[in-house]
Amino acid sequence: MKTIIRIAALIPYLLAALLACTGVASAAEPIVVGSILDESGPLNTYGKPMADATKLAVNDINAHGGVLGRQLKLITYDAQSDNAKYTQYARRLALRDRAVVVMGGVTSASREAMRPILDATHTLYFYNEQYEGGVCDGNTFLTGIVPSQQIAPLMPWAIKKFGPKVYVLAADYNYGHISAKWVDQYTKQAGGQVVGTQFIPLSVSQFGSVISKLQSAKPDLVVSLLVGGNHIAFYRQFASAGLGRDMTIVSPTFGLGNEQVVLSPEESRHIYVAMPYVQSLDNPVNKAFVAQWHQVYGQDYPYITDSAVTVWNGWHLWAEAVRKAGSTDRDKVIQALQSGLTLQSPSGLVKLDGASHHVYQSVHIAETNDHHGFTVIASEKNVPPSYENSVCDLIKHPDLNKQFVPGGQ
Amino acid sequence: MHWDTVINLLVSAGLEISVLVIVSIGLAVIFGMMGIINLAHGEFLMLGAYVTLSATRAGLNLWLAMLFAALVVGLFGVVIERLLIHRLYGRLADSMLATWGLSLILAQGVSYVFGPSTQGIATPLGNVRIGAYSISAYSFVLIGAAILMLLLVLWVFKRTRYGTMARAATQLPAMATAVGVNTKRINMWTFGLGAGLAGLGGALLAPLAGVTPSMGQAYIARAFMTVIVGGTGVLTGTSAASGLLGGIQYLVSYLSNPFLGQGALLILAIVILRLMPTGLSGYWGRRL
Repeated sequence: MKTIIRIAALIPYLLAALLACTGVASAAEPIVVGSILDESGPLNTYGKPMADATKLAVNDINAHGGVLGRQLKLITYDAQSDNAKYTQYARRLALRDRAVVVMGGVTSASREAMRPILDATHTLYFYNEQYEGGVCDGNTFLTGIVPSQQIAPLMPWAIKKFGPKVYVLAADYNYGHISAKWVDQYTKQAGGQVVGTQFIPLSVSQFGSVISKLQSAKPDLVVSLLVGGNHIAFYRQFASAGLGRDMTIVSPTFGLGNEQVVLSPEESRHIYVAMPYVQSLDNPVNKAFVAQWHQVYGQDYPYITDSAVTVWNGWHLWAEAVRKAGSTDRDKVIQALQSGLTLQSPSGLVKLDGASHHVYQSVHIAETNDHHGFTVIASEKNVPPSYENSVCDLIKHPDLNKQFVPGGQ
Repeated sequence: MHWDTVINLLVSAGLEISVLVIVSIGLAVIFGMMGIINLAHGEFLMLGAYVTLSATRAGLNLWLAMLFAALVVGLFGVVIERLLIHRLYGRLADSMLATWGLSLILAQGVSYVFGPSTQGIATPLGNVRIGAYSISAYSFVLIGAAILMLLLVLWVFKRTRYGTMARAATQLPAMATAVGVNTKRINMWTFGLGAGLAGLGGALLAPLAGVTPSMGQAYIARAFMTVIVGGTGVLTGTSAASGLLGGIQYLVSYLSNPFLGQGALLILAIVILRLMPTGLSGYWGRRL
């Protein structure tokens, strides 16, 4: 008799346990998502704001109820500016943590380290950073600005304003090499001439020989495709040698690592960039975004970079696609992403192109100002990733997987 | 070639050589006088840069801040010698491991305190026009500083009582101890001197590039290359190796590109070490 009473007393617990197994409770289980960025080492000048944006974006999505009634659980890894760590963590996120989407990568080298692994493990991948363009991969979405949106408007504008002789300084890895080809192409189209190109290893912080060459070549424009903490030294040594009197720096990369915050306003004077986002953009979404950022990371946060907003866009586009797909299944989410999603981003309206997996976005040509920031000179809305659109149609050819570069290959 | 091109080339090459002297002299003192390979040398440079940065932000004059950085890092070196290094004399592998561990702690510690982002000091003094070229005036400061640092080391080891005892302790340690030289104390000051020179080096580099917790890595490989090629003779080794390696790196960079410039430096270093395994000063039989 006593035993029966004991068993009867257990019934409610058994019922609860049964309920837990049938999935009523699992609906509230969080969805695991992953991010790998360089939060330390020489590339953290880019990676830190991107990591901050990642946390802010995921918290923002969770604060708005998450997706599919479930919260996101963000797992982040710091790749420490080491490409080998990217492959290791990409594998871990895909196989051990079972993340449904992985975002990250700072340099193009790190993206190319992760991309094959995430392809092979069928893990959806977002690369949220300005880059050299042309990646066409059914599993990969790229929300950063590409040369056909950035270098294409910047070169004709700069050549018209400052003169036709162009000298290119590029970081010595895939980003710099491919982008240098783009600069060459758009310079010729604008009637200019590239008089010299130098590839600089990321470890170089002494630019004496480069400064000497610039003084001998006497270009009108110096296009800087320099990358990383060591290369900031170039702008400083350029300014202290007084070269700014004779030539002007334009750059697709300046500012992504908050170079204008590190340098004094005198050192970074008259440097011109083209980016989708500068912090001073005057629109209500950006006002709310900047306020939210400052509330979380403090009023004295140096400057919200373009790359940080690109990361924000990537997460929100993915969340939107999951809501639309009603599932976190990779193929369904890709289908939703390819259906032409739009997002009201701090940088303005962002539209995901389903065929090329790149985005239409606003582009601003801007100049460094006296307050460690940028002042917008000219803007264009809804600029297409025209090169990617012309070569890459993943709806028609879902199995395409290559990087297109100017001049073929 | 015009005269202005020649002067520009000479000053730029001089700058490249001076930077090598500045980053490696502290390492050379510790290696040459104590036989310790200090793998935390890059982080001593970095500390010097951060002390300079903090001191200038606190309102100190830049030049005084640099001397202050040398002093602070020198004292830090003395403390490290007392706590860590002096237990490891004669144990080369252990001391390398310990200093490497120290370098990780320092880089992460500074990252924790100052944040990981790049900071900087604007290059002072503006520029000088030479014909069609303009050269940063700070280049001349660095060239002058490199020469002064070499002269300082010469004066310390040749003219001071400590210097004489330090050389005695290196050359004949048993005899030096027998005649009453306190080698423990000497080693403490030598390590402090090397650290102080590294701190000054980092301070001098701060206005040239970005200041980051990982900045030591950008210089450490070249500093080691210079010291190993130079051998144990602190003065002759450092100046000769800096001149050769810095000269070839600049020349090749100027004629082709910085990538080949770095390559040329490495190849020259390998060739020299193949022909003169004890380094330049070892080959010449020089001890200082």
